[in-house]
Amino acid sequence: MVHWTAEEKQLISSVWAKVNVEECGAEALARLLIVYPWTQRFFSSFGNLSSPTAIVGNPKVRAHGKKVLTSFGEAIKNLDNVKATYSKLSELHCDKLHVDPENFRLLGDILIIVLAAHLTKDFGPACQATWQKLVGVVAHALAYKYH
Amino acid sequence: MVLSASDKTNVKGIFAKIGGQADEYGAETLARMFTTYPQTKTYFPHFDVSAGSAQVKAHGKKVAGALIEAVNHIDDIAGALSKLSDLHAQKLRVDPVNFKLLGQCFLVVVAIHQAAALTPEVHASLDKFLCAVGNVLTAKYR
Repeated sequence: MVHWTAEEKQLISSVWAKVNVEECGAEALARLLIVYPWTQRFFSSFGNLSSPTAIVGNPKVRAHGKKVLTSFGEAIKNLDNVKATYSKLSELHCDKLHVDPENFRLLGDILIIVLAAHLTKDFGPACQATWQKLVGVVAHALAYKYH
Repeated sequence: MVLSASDKTNVKGIFAKIGGQADEYGAETLARMFTTYPQTKTYFPHFDVSAGSAQVKAHGKKVAGALIEAVNHIDDIAGALSKLSDLHAQKLRVDPVNFKLLGQCFLVVVAIHQAAALTPEVHASLDKFLCAVGNVLTAKYR
């Protein structure tokens, strides 16, 4: 079980309160596909991913980004048991989606940058450290049921 | 991984915007790296790594200077950073994984101070550039 200090929990919830899940989710996924283009391999059914403009404007990317970040919210509601929260999703990503867990780390890093851009001065070092820990925990939980 | 013409334009552009604040960005990058990835402090046992440390500020300036040097010689980063590459291989021997961590923190600092300029395209180019710098610095490790 991951240990979270009171300060870390506070930093997580105060940032999350400021997050527009739809916008940030869409932006994070779009940037993942743009900055690390090989990640597009999982989204051949998404239509036009031929340029950064196409990716940012792609409605399937936006919708999926919102879905992914909404799911992130579940981890935040269950910080004391993220592994259990993501157990089924982990199996899904392994057995059906066949996603290399490295991609969870890549998306986590991108999300941090998106948060930094939105929160700017409010995203201090302790905040960044806490959120890097959180995305690491989420990535670990999503990879946990892999076999 | 190769820097395209537009990558080079994007990187030069964002560094032009950063301008004279590069030193501060360097210091902030290191401070965030030490906080976010405490294991990176193991390379600086001789440093005061607390917030506002003069040593961290000075070292941040060095790091920023090296990045600017790479930007100014973006067609030959290996040549521009050759001595630094030797230093890292022979003396410092910083594990290669740490350059990614530094890069991540630099991107965060740029995102905070230049959010509007860090479009997805520029973000991609800057990430590639930072990877290229890391590759050059570890190129002679073995």
